[in-house]
Amino acid sequence: MIVRIATEGQFHLPDEDAARLNELDNQTVEAVEAGDEDRFAQLFEEMLDLVRRDGRPVGDDELEESDVILPPPDTTFAEAAHEFTGEGLIPD
Amino acid sequence: MAGMGGRMSVVIKSKINKLLDKAEDPSETLEYSYQKQMELLQNVKKGVADVVTSKKRLQMQQQKLEQQVVKLDTQARQALAQNREDLARTALERKQFAQTELQSLDQQVAELENQQAQLIDKEQKLRSKLEQFRTKKEVIKAQYSAAEAQVKISEAATGVGEEMADVGLAMQRAQDKTESMRARAGAMEELEAAGAFDDNLQLGSGGDDIDRQLHELTSQSVVDDDLAKLKAELGQGSGPEPGQLEAGAPESAPGEERPT
Repeated sequence: MIVRIATEGQFHLPDEDAARLNELDNQTVEAVEAGDEDRFAQLFEEMLDLVRRDGRPVGDDELEESDVILPPPDTTFAEAAHEFTGEGLIPD
Repeated sequence: MAGMGGRMSVVIKSKINKLLDKAEDPSETLEYSYQKQMELLQNVKKGVADVVTSKKRLQMQQQKLEQQVVKLDTQARQALAQNREDLARTALERKQFAQTELQSLDQQVAELENQQAQLIDKEQKLRSKLEQFRTKKEVIKAQYSAAEAQVKISEAATGVGEEMADVGLAMQRAQDKTESMRARAGAMEELEAAGAFDDNLQLGSGGDDIDRQLHELTSQSVVDDDLAKLKAELGQGSGPEPGQLEAGAPESAPGEERPT
C-alpha cells in the first residue's frame, strides 16, 4: 500500500505493516484523548519510524494516490488535540 | 487499502482530499492541474523568499546580540575597574540574557534553513511529477479507448493533485512558523529600541512565575561566577585601589580611552 507522511513524501509500505500502523494510529489518538503528551510523541514517532524504515520512497515518475496519509512529522500535541479528538472531524 | 481505519490518517486523508478538486473531464483536469500547479510553484517561490527574509533578519539580530555581548563585557570590566560592582552586575546580567537569546536564535536559524531546503526539494518534486503527468497523458490517450483513458488520466491527476495539496500544506506550515518567528523578532527589536533589554521576562516565550524565578536563579549564579572571574582577572581581592588596575589588566587597555 502507499503511505504518505504529509509534507515529507510517499512510501510503498508492505501490506503486512497495515495492521500495526492502524493500531499505532488508534493508540496515538487515545493518548491525545487522555492528554498524555509524552505517550503521543512516542507513539507518533513510532508510526513515522515504521513507515520510514519499512517503506520504499515512491519515485517522482509514479503518480499514485495514497491509501493512508499521516500527519506532518512536526505536528504538535496541541494540533493533534485540536484535529483528532473531541467532536473530531470524523466520528468513529 | 488493507482496512486502514486509524482516526488520524482518516482525518488527514479527508483533509488532503478536500484540497483536491477532481474535475471529470481529463483535459479539464490537466488544464486545471496545470494552472494550479503554476500558481503553486509561484507560491512556493514566494514562500522560500519569505523564509530567506526571515532568516536574514534573525541573522542580523544575531550579529547585534554578539556585538552587545562584547560591549556588555567591556562595560562590566570598566565598571569593576571603578569599583562599581552594582553596575558590573547589571552589565553581566544583560550579557547573560543576550547569550541566552543568541542560543535560541541559533536554533531558529537552523530550523528556517531546514524549511528552506525542504520547500525547495518539494518544489522540484512537484515539477517533475507534473512533467510525468503531461507525458503520461499523451501515452494513455494513444493506448486506450476514450473512456478508459479518462479513468486512467483521472487517476494520474489525483496523484499529482495529492502532491500539490501536500506542497500546499508544507508551505502553509512553513509560513505559520516564519510568521511567529517574525513576530517574536519584531517584539524583541521593539524592546531593544525601548531600552528594555534588561527585562528578560518580557521576552521569554510566556514562562510562568516559577520559570521566571528559576531563570533568575540560574542567571544569577552565572552572573556571580562571571563577576568573580572578572574580579580575579582584574586582580581585585577586596577593596583594591583603582590605580593598580592598569598594571594588572592588559586586556582592559582599550578602556583607557573611555570618556571620564
